[in-house]
Amino acid sequence: MKEQPVLTVEDLSVSFHMYDTGLEQYDLKVISNLTLDVRPGEIVAIAGSSGSGKSLLAHAVMGLLPGNASTSGTIAYKGKVLSQKDKEKLRGKEFALVPQSVAYLDPLMTVGTQVTGKKPDQKLLQAQKEIFRRLHLKEGTEKLYPFQLSGGMARRILVSTAVLSDAQVILADEPTPGLDLQMALEALKIFRELADKGKAVVLITHDIDLAFHIADRIAVFYAGTTVEVADARDFLTGPQALRHPYSKALWEALPQNGFRPIAGFQPYAKYLPDGCLFGPRCPYKTRKCETTIPMAEVRGGYVRCIHAD
Amino acid sequence: MQIEGKNLSFRYHPKLPWILKDVSLTVKEGERVGLVGPSGYGKSTLVRLLAGYLEPEEGEILLDGKPLPRKGISPVQLIYQHPEKAINPRWKMKKVLQESGMFRQEVMDSLGIEKDWLERYPRELSGGELQRFCVARSLFPGTHFLFADEMSTMLDVITQAQIWNLMLREVESRNLGLLMVTHNMELAKKVCTRTVHLEEINHRGKL
Repeated sequence: MKEQPVLTVEDLSVSFHMYDTGLEQYDLKVISNLTLDVRPGEIVAIAGSSGSGKSLLAHAVMGLLPGNASTSGTIAYKGKVLSQKDKEKLRGKEFALVPQSVAYLDPLMTVGTQVTGKKPDQKLLQAQKEIFRRLHLKEGTEKLYPFQLSGGMARRILVSTAVLSDAQVILADEPTPGLDLQMALEALKIFRELADKGKAVVLITHDIDLAFHIADRIAVFYAGTTVEVADARDFLTGPQALRHPYSKALWEALPQNGFRPIAGFQPYAKYLPDGCLFGPRCPYKTRKCETTIPMAEVRGGYVRCIHAD
Repeated sequence: MQIEGKNLSFRYHPKLPWILKDVSLTVKEGERVGLVGPSGYGKSTLVRLLAGYLEPEEGEILLDGKPLPRKGISPVQLIYQHPEKAINPRWKMKKVLQESGMFRQEVMDSLGIEKDWLERYPRELSGGELQRFCVARSLFPGTHFLFADEMSTMLDVITQAQIWNLMLREVESRNLGLLMVTHNMELAKKVCTRTVHLEEINHRGKL
C-alpha cells in the first residue's frame, strides 16, 4: 500500500488584489483549482510555463504570500489543514524552501552562518563541510559574504541550507539554473537521497529533462492550474505515454526532442479564457472545452482534458 | 566583421584572484558560438568584457582591429538572463520599444510581440514575453553581434524554443555573430555552429 501524502494541496486558488489607474481595483486570479500531493520518500517535480504559478504555490505552502493575496482551497500537512499561523510555525522546521532567487541570501551574514545557523555544534559543522565538499564549494567558502559568490555558488549555498535543515518537506524552487550539468546532477542526487531517507521533495524546475530522471512523479502546471500529474517514466517514454496536449508540447520543445515549439502564449491572468485554460492553443479544442474541466484519471495518471484517452 | 578579445585578464579587485587570465576569443559575423564551462569560471565576466560593460585589466577588445566605440549605439548588444531586471518597471512596454526606436510593426511581427502587450507594464508580462522585448530592442540596424548570457535559463522549454527559433531567424537573415552562454549542452548543440569551453582557454590556474 502506498503511504499517505504528507503534503496535500487541494483546489488551491490564489488571487492578488491589485490597483489599476487611480482608485480602480481588481482581483487578479493567478492560481486556480490547483491540486498536488507529495508522499514521504518521493520527489514530485513541477514542470510548466514561466508564470504558471509554480513559485507561488511554494510560497503559499510556506505562508509567504504578500498581504494583498487571498487564497481559497486547502493546504494540509499530515492530514491537518494549515492556517497561516500553523505555516509560520512549521516553516524552517518541518518545511524548508530553497528559494528561486539568490537574492534571498542575507547580504550581511557569511554564508556559513546562513547555512548552519548561529553557534552550530560540531555535528552540524561536519555536515556543512560534507555538503560543501559534495557541491564543490571549496574550503573557506563558508567565510564569504553573498556578494563574493558567483550565481552558481550562491545557488549551491541555498541548496545546502535546505539539506541541513531537519525539514520533512523540502520545496526546491529552481535549484539548478546557473549550475553546469555535472553540478546540477549532483544537486539533484542530493535531493534524491533526502527523499530516499523518507523526506518529501517538491522540485520546481525548468530543467525538466533532468527532472524526468530523478523524480518519481511529474506535475505539469499551465496558467495557474494542474493539467497533468503522471509517473516520471511516462515522460521518459515520450508523447505517446503522456495525456495532456500541453505536456506533449513540453516534451517536443526540448532541444534534444526536436526543439519544436507550439505557437501562442499562456493567457495572462487578467484575461483567462472560459473552461480549459489551454484551449486557445489546443489543436483538439471543441465546444465542450469551454466548460469547467475536472481532473480525471487516465492510464494511471491524472489529467485535466476531456479528450485524453 | 569580427570581435576579438585579445589576452584578456580580469579580476574584481587587485587583492582578489584572477577571474580570467590571458583569455582570447574571436567571434565572426555569421558565426554562432556557444560559451560553456563550469559555474564560477567567468563566462558572464568574459561576455561583459567583450560587450564593453567591463574594462579588462590586461588585454584589449577589438572590433575589426579597432577598439569598441565608446559613443552611440554599440554594435555589440547584450541580452541578460533576467529580463525583468533589464526593463524599467515604471514604463509601459510601448515606451520601452519607443526608447530604442524599435516601435515598428516589422520588429514586433518578427519577434511575435502581441499588440495588447504594449499597453501593459513589465510585471504584467511573463519572462518569455519580456525577453522578446529585450531581443527586439537590441536589433538595431547597426547591431553586428548579439551576446546572450543564459537568455533562456529561466524560461520554460516551449518559450525557450520559441524565442531561440525567432532569434536564429533574425541572426541568420542579418548575418549577425552570436555568442551565447549556456549550461545546456543540448541547447548549444541545436543553436551553435561551434562551442568554446572556457576552462580550456582561461589560463588563471587553479583557484
